[in-house]
Amino acid sequence: MLIKNKDSSFVPSSEITPKRVYVNRRTFLRNAGFAGAAAIGAGLLGRAAFPGEVRAGNPAAKIAGVQKSLLSTTGEKLNSLKDISSYNNYYEFSTDKYEPADLAKNFKTRPWTVTVDGLVKKPKTYDLDAILKMAAPEERVYRHRCVEGWSMVMPWIGFPISVLIQQADVLPKAKYVKFTTLLDEKQMPGTRRAVLDWPYTEGLRMDEAMHPLAIFTFGLYGEMLPNQNGAPLRITVPWKYGFKSGKAITKITFTDTQPSTAWNNAAPNEYGFYSNVNPQVNHPRWSQATERRLGEFLKRPTLMFNGYGDQVASLYNGMDLKKNF
Amino acid sequence: MKIRWSKIIVFSVCLIPVARLGLAAYQGNLGPNPLEFITHATGDWTIRFLLITLAVTPLRQLLKQYWLIQFRRMLGLFAFFYGTLHLTTYLWFDKFFVWHDIWEDVAKRKFITVGFLAFVLMIPLAVTSTKGMIRRLGKRWTQLHRLIYVSAIAGVIHYVWLVKADLRLPLTYGAILAVLLAYRVMKWAAPKLAASPTTAAASKA
Repeated sequence: MLIKNKDSSFVPSSEITPKRVYVNRRTFLRNAGFAGAAAIGAGLLGRAAFPGEVRAGNPAAKIAGVQKSLLSTTGEKLNSLKDISSYNNYYEFSTDKYEPADLAKNFKTRPWTVTVDGLVKKPKTYDLDAILKMAAPEERVYRHRCVEGWSMVMPWIGFPISVLIQQADVLPKAKYVKFTTLLDEKQMPGTRRAVLDWPYTEGLRMDEAMHPLAIFTFGLYGEMLPNQNGAPLRITVPWKYGFKSGKAITKITFTDTQPSTAWNNAAPNEYGFYSNVNPQVNHPRWSQATERRLGEFLKRPTLMFNGYGDQVASLYNGMDLKKNF
Repeated sequence: MKIRWSKIIVFSVCLIPVARLGLAAYQGNLGPNPLEFITHATGDWTIRFLLITLAVTPLRQLLKQYWLIQFRRMLGLFAFFYGTLHLTTYLWFDKFFVWHDIWEDVAKRKFITVGFLAFVLMIPLAVTSTKGMIRRLGKRWTQLHRLIYVSAIAGVIHYVWLVKADLRLPLTYGAILAVLLAYRVMKWAAPKLAASPTTAAASKA
C-alpha cells in the first residue's frame, strides 16, 4: 500500500529563506570573510605603540656631589636620556629592546644587598647604600658599543670597581671576578623562559676589573640609574661589548678559574670570555668593522677596544685576540 | 576590467603597515634606532605576507570559500613589495650601496645569503604575475610559482639565523609555514595513497 503523505512537500513559509538573502549568500559569506580577515589583520598590526610613543619613567632622584672624571671620553656628542632609557638589551625583562623601559618601571631596587664571596678572607653581604658610599661618585662619559653593531655615548655615574676589590680582602690566588645579576621571576618576566642560563653572569680577569676605566655604575645624567639601565647597581666596562657589563648586580665572586658567563654559555663560538670591542674579529654572523652611532645616518668605523686602546691594550700584551675574542 | 570594491579594500588594508611606518617616521616615533626599526618591520611584513599568500589556497579549499583566489596575486605582490622595501633598507641604510661590501656580505654571511635568495626567487614570480604571462606560460606557470615555497622557507631560515637568542617569533613563522606546506603535501599524496592499493590489486588480477 502506498502511504501518501499529502503534506510531505509542505514547508511552512517561516522556514523559507527570503530570496533577498539566498541570492546574496555569496556576498554574505564574503562580508563575513572580510570581517574575519579584518580581525586577524588588526591582531597582526599588533604593536600598540611605536617605540617613540612610549612614555619616559618617573623622574629619578638627583645624585649629590658628582665630580667630573678626567677619565671621561671627550669630544663626543651625548645621546639623550630618552634614547638611553628606551632602547635596552635587558633580557631579564624582554628580548625586545623597547619593552624593558615599561616592564622595569616597578622594579624594586630597595632593599638591595650585594654578596661578596669566593676567594676573599671573609665573605660579606653589603647593603647597597654601604657600597654606594664606598667612594665619591664620578661622572664618566663613555662610549658604549653593543655587539649588535650600534653604539651610544652615555654620562654614567659611579666609581672604580677596584675600590670595592681593595676593601674586600681578596686572597692572592684570585684570578677572576664573576658578577651575578638578580634572578627574580616575579619581577623579571623574561627569566620565566630559558633564553639564557639564569641568573645572568658575567666575568672579568682581576687586572681588567682593577683597571681604572672599569666602574660600578648607579647613576646616569646626574640622577639615579633608570631601572631598565641596570639599577640599582651595574658594572660598565667601556672597552668591551655591552653585554659584558652586567646589570642589577647581587653577587660578586672571586675565583681562580675563568668563570662561565651567560652569553658564552649560550653561544661559545660567538661570544668569547674577553669580548673586547675589536673591528678585526667579526661576529660569526655579522661584521664588527663598523657601527651605527644612534642618532647618525652614516655608519662609523668601529675602533679597537672601542677607542680605549691607549689605556687598556697593555692588558692583552702577547695575547692572540683572534683566539681570545 | 571591473575593479571590485573588495579588492580596493584589501589593497588599502595591505598598505596599512607601510602607512603606519611612514606616519611614525614623520612624527619621529620610530625610537632611538629608526633605521633598525624600519628594517625589522619591513622584514616582518615580508614573511607575514608570504604566509598570508600561502594560506589562501588551504583556506579557500577547507572553508569552500573559492572566491578568495581573487586576492592571491595581490597578496603575493604585497609580499614582494615589503620584500623590496626590506632589501632597500639593507642596501641603503646598512651598506650605502657599496656594491663590493654588499657582495662580500651576500657571499660570506649565510643569513644574508639565504635572505637574498628568498628575495631573488620572488622576482620571477612578480614578473610573471600578469594575466598575459599566466596565459603564455600555461602549465609551466604553476610549476614556476611553486618557487614561493622555497622563498618562504628561505625567508624563515633568514630570520632564524639572524636572531641572537630568542627564537620564538621566527619559529612561530616556521610552524605556520610548516602547516601550510604540510597541507599541500597531504593534498598531493592523499589521492596517490588512496589509489595505490587498487592499482596493486588491479595489476595482480
